[in-house]
Amino acid sequence: MTSSLLFNVTTIAYMASMVVFFAFLGSKNKTVGLAGSLLAYAGFAIQTVGIALRWKESYALGYGHAPLSNLYESVTFFSWTIILIYIFIELKYKYRIVGAFVVPFALFGMAWAQLGMQSGIEPLVPALQSNWLLYHVITCFLGYAAFAVACGISIMYLFKANSEERGGSNPAGGLMGMFPPIRVLDDLNYRAIMIGFPLLTLGIITGAAWANYAWGTYWSWDPKETWSLIVWFVYAAFLHARFTRGWVGKRAAWLSIIGFAATIFCYLGVNLFLSGLHSYGSSKM
Amino acid sequence: MATTDRSFVQSLWDFFCSLKLTISLLISLALTSIIGTIIPQGKLAPEYVATISPIKFQIYSKLGFFDMYHSMWFITLLYVFSLNLVCCSVKRLPHVFKFISEPTLVLGESLRKGFSLKQDLSFSTSLDKGREALAAFLGKEFGTPVVTEQNGEYHLFAQKSAWCRLGVYVVHLSILVIFVGAIIGSLFGYKGFAAIVEGSNVSSIQARNGAEIPLGFDLRCEQFTVSYYDSGAPKEFKSILTVLENGKPVKDYTNVRVVVNEPLTYKGFTFYQSSFGQASESSDHTLSAKSRSGDLSQRFTLREGQAITLKDGTSLKLLETAQDISQFMPGFSGPAARVEVTPKGKAAQTFIVLKNYPEVNAQRDDDLLFQYEGSNAKMYTGLQVAKDPGVWVVWLGCTLMVVGLFIAFFMSHKRVWIVVSKGHARMYGNASKNQAAFQMQFEELSDKFKNLKI
Ligand code: HEM
Repeated sequence: MTSSLLFNVTTIAYMASMVVFFAFLGSKNKTVGLAGSLLAYAGFAIQTVGIALRWKESYALGYGHAPLSNLYESVTFFSWTIILIYIFIELKYKYRIVGAFVVPFALFGMAWAQLGMQSGIEPLVPALQSNWLLYHVITCFLGYAAFAVACGISIMYLFKANSEERGGSNPAGGLMGMFPPIRVLDDLNYRAIMIGFPLLTLGIITGAAWANYAWGTYWSWDPKETWSLIVWFVYAAFLHARFTRGWVGKRAAWLSIIGFAATIFCYLGVNLFLSGLHSYGSSKM
Repeated sequence: MATTDRSFVQSLWDFFCSLKLTISLLISLALTSIIGTIIPQGKLAPEYVATISPIKFQIYSKLGFFDMYHSMWFITLLYVFSLNLVCCSVKRLPHVFKFISEPTLVLGESLRKGFSLKQDLSFSTSLDKGREALAAFLGKEFGTPVVTEQNGEYHLFAQKSAWCRLGVYVVHLSILVIFVGAIIGSLFGYKGFAAIVEGSNVSSIQARNGAEIPLGFDLRCEQFTVSYYDSGAPKEFKSILTVLENGKPVKDYTNVRVVVNEPLTYKGFTFYQSSFGQASESSDHTLSAKSRSGDLSQRFTLREGQAITLKDGTSLKLLETAQDISQFMPGFSGPAARVEVTPKGKAAQTFIVLKNYPEVNAQRDDDLLFQYEGSNAKMYTGLQVAKDPGVWVVWLGCTLMVVGLFIAFFMSHKRVWIVVSKGHARMYGNASKNQAAFQMQFEELSDKFKNLKI
């Protein structure tokens, strides 16, 4: 058994989970909803074993590093954290349907990694040989994942709010019948960001601490650093929007979606379009 | 006049206290920060300057876009941001302190309506007995209450973690602390660079602005080495450094191994492995030539620019060498030499021979196989040097921020009131955050409350 086999199974489980969640939206059948969740849990469990196995495989190859070093590994890990945060929110607040808008993010990540990326285990370049890599990547990705969940919830919010505005006279009807009330969605959005914001803050701080330790500067306005700060500003604006008349509701939901778009740019766009110190797998020192 | 002055000051104050300003500033900072991630910053490469029109260059320079994070307007934005933060806190903190030190002991009729969490209880003993029993109950189950009498009713009030309300202000303060740390660093710290050739010492470093900064001690590079994975990817860049005081090695700072991610700190200066190269002095390079048929096998030593004629009449000129080829030939690494080979009676060819990849050298389908064996060239190690006395202030600010965020988001100020009148009591509860969790706690309390026998 290899880790990439397990990741393939994970991808299938997330796919099935998403399809079942969509069926749940249509059927409003509680058992279908439960099946959607269980599939996501199963995928998560398999993926956890897969990540552990890949870690072990890297030792067998003589490299011995956590599976967080290249794009393939980081996208896989990102999917894992998204499901982790989703499970946490689902168990805590009992709104299963959120899965229909969150599992697709994880599925997309897994499918992309499995189909479109080099999956080989590579040795760590000198710049990444540090325990700080672990602390930094884990905190950042947990933060990103919470923002992914918040983004899914915000999309639900906008759907629901728009349908209510159009005079959705029948609140139980339509595809949105299973959606929680917008007040609850607004609250869940806030709660997800309350998890993500401190984690992103920790991620930025551990990154700064690492940069200071390795290069002697905690902040050098490198594009990746700057984009993480941009993301941080957007979510700080979101947090203050709640206290400001005219900024609650739809605008806050949009801020959350824009925040996640900025997060994705920070994570992928910077490496694809801009240059800097964080290029995955580049052999720069 | 006086009134317009006052109202001007007032509106200025209101402006700087406004949360709308905060949101605008946060969004402005987010949007403007993008510029510096797209336009190159700092020292501009001539290739880049060549790609943009002179007018664009002029405009960008004027607007400070080539060093935007230190430009006047960006710094001004940060000052306004700090001012907003300070004004908001100055305006609200007194209220928060008052809220904590003078809590609402008495729940008036109008306040009572706003509670979603409440629980009733009827009792048959006297009002005084009832009050005493309820005060004991609240003291045991939640917190020691303050008892106030008003209009023949008793108001019992208890609270937990009122100081949580300060969490947000800890976060805000932390931002200012980080700014202070950054300012200290920019005023009193410096960043520099030192290149030390193997076997030699330096006593000063080159600051970013070109100035020489004396270290007050000497630093010697004993050795520099690069190691590679089998795939040819670099594995480790390693300098062995020794600190010398008055020419003598310092104990515990002799032959220190410095690699990327493991710097050396001495007397406030920290040295980070950052680059390396071949010292420019002329040095001897060894190459070998072997014929596939095996009749020729020769090793020889040359300097760059020198030529030699091999036994079979082929002449070879060593054009240049590099101790790490990866930047010229991606996917390869290690030392390499560029040579010009002229077989007897044939045309000259120029190619590269590598040290670490004999199989690649063998791909040339000539009879003669060449191999670069290396050189006695000395390496130099490039060290980034930093001294930043503000860094601890920055870490203090970061710690405050994390602690403050934790308090602001995950802890809550919980309050419980019991209003006791003759034969009847009603309990109210409220939490500043995380209502759901408090609701469960309140329900547990309510269960005990409604079953009280008094
Ligand atoms: C100009 C700058 C800022 C001003 C004037 C400002 C002002 C405020 C005010 C008035 C509140 C509401 C406090 C309350 O009534 O509970 C608040 C909340 C908060 N602020 Fe700021 N703030 C600023 C920047 C920031 C930044 C950059 C952060 C980033 C960490 C931040 C983090 C928070 C947090 C976490 C809360 C609590 C939000 C909540 O409980 O939902 N603030 N801020």
